[in-house]
Amino acid sequence: MPGGKERELRRRIGSIQSTKKITRAMELIAATRVVKAMQRANAARPYARLITSVIEDLAAGGAEVDHPLLRQADEIRNVGFIIITGDRGLAGAYNTSVIRTAERQVMAHVSEGKGYSLCCVGRKSASYFRFRNYRIDHAMSGFSDNPSYDDARRIAETVSESFLSEAVDQVELIYTEFVSMGTQRVVVRRFLPLVDTEMMAAEGSGTGREGSFEFEPSPEAVLEALLPRYTEARLYGALLDAAASEHANRQRAMKAATDNAEELITKLSRAMNQARQDAITTEIMEIVGGAEALSGGDASDVEAALASMLTGTDASGLAPAGASGRPA
Amino acid sequence: MAVELDVALVSPEEVTYSGSAEMVIVRTVEEGDIAFQAGHVPFLGVLAPWSVDVLRPGGERDTFAVHRGFVEVSHNKVTILSDVSEPAAEIDVARAESARQRASEALASDSDDAQAGAALERANLRLRVATSA
Repeated sequence: MPGGKERELRRRIGSIQSTKKITRAMELIAATRVVKAMQRANAARPYARLITSVIEDLAAGGAEVDHPLLRQADEIRNVGFIIITGDRGLAGAYNTSVIRTAERQVMAHVSEGKGYSLCCVGRKSASYFRFRNYRIDHAMSGFSDNPSYDDARRIAETVSESFLSEAVDQVELIYTEFVSMGTQRVVVRRFLPLVDTEMMAAEGSGTGREGSFEFEPSPEAVLEALLPRYTEARLYGALLDAAASEHANRQRAMKAATDNAEELITKLSRAMNQARQDAITTEIMEIVGGAEALSGGDASDVEAALASMLTGTDASGLAPAGASGRPA
Repeated sequence: MAVELDVALVSPEEVTYSGSAEMVIVRTVEEGDIAFQAGHVPFLGVLAPWSVDVLRPGGERDTFAVHRGFVEVSHNKVTILSDVSEPAAEIDVARAESARQRASEALASDSDDAQAGAALERANLRLRVATSA
């Protein structure tokens, strides 16, 4: 049937166009969100830097304590994992690359005969590991694109608790580090036990400060109060990095999708135009053929017959007016 | 007085306040109030849930309710790290009042309720800071 292919193509173009509208909107939203997420990550940096520098000062002040968060287990039997992914998909390889790294890590530890404990942050990792029958001990979601400090505190408290109760002897943090707009990479960081204060200090800015501090009430008490805050600040930093990475990835994925949609629309429009042209040509050929058959081969009549048929097809109500002009 | 202190109040989310001051008064967990002026020896302390007063060079005074945190003083810089702090002007007195009432009611029925005790302490601090400012 003529026009069938054309109609089919027109329908497809329409549906791609509406998809393109959605992906374009998502791209724009992600673009504004990534800027906000970056600002938040930057705004959170002073606290993390200062808390590290306080630990530096403590180390310089000679605070050596046996804090439970520093407990190095003699034998590591169970390893905890904090896996930070997004709540929603359509962010390119963002979620899958974190999940893949996490699964490899878990597998590696399991093959060494160790137990594991998962803390899934974000719906995507939770549903992935649940579907594959991993045991999930904690799952938190609903804040991946805009994490608050309270979320970080909740996670840090849960994980610290299972560390302090010796349910796990070591905790790894798996998230996406935001390096720049163009680069984000999945990293695996030791979360607990906290490395000793000298190493924490070395991780920091390394501005060797002089001067002996006065501590109140005591270096040990300060450290005691400080370490939980330090874990929270680290986790908060990781959540913010992950959020910024998620938005950056989503923006990139949606930009690619929009570009693909545009390309597809161009291609399909060309195909559609060609199909329409083909249909028109076929129709004219049919008319010409029909007119020729009617006139019985009289060449002078072909043109007139054609004219009458064209007017007949275009506006059948006007057919008599067209017929009056016919020389017969 | 030529030398001033650099004061910064830093929360995990952002730097909430920064400016210069002649004197900063805080309260640490054990040994009561402590005031810092320029030239103070390096100091590191755990803050009690109490107010932090910043005395500005012009004679103005900024007051904050700090529910927990640390204070670090070195090289004429005072840094207050706190995840829960609020300036006096932003405290909702009516809300704090009702929170205090709720908390004291909860305490009256169950005097061991640690959560209510903490809530009462917070509400009292907010009211104290808000009314003194």
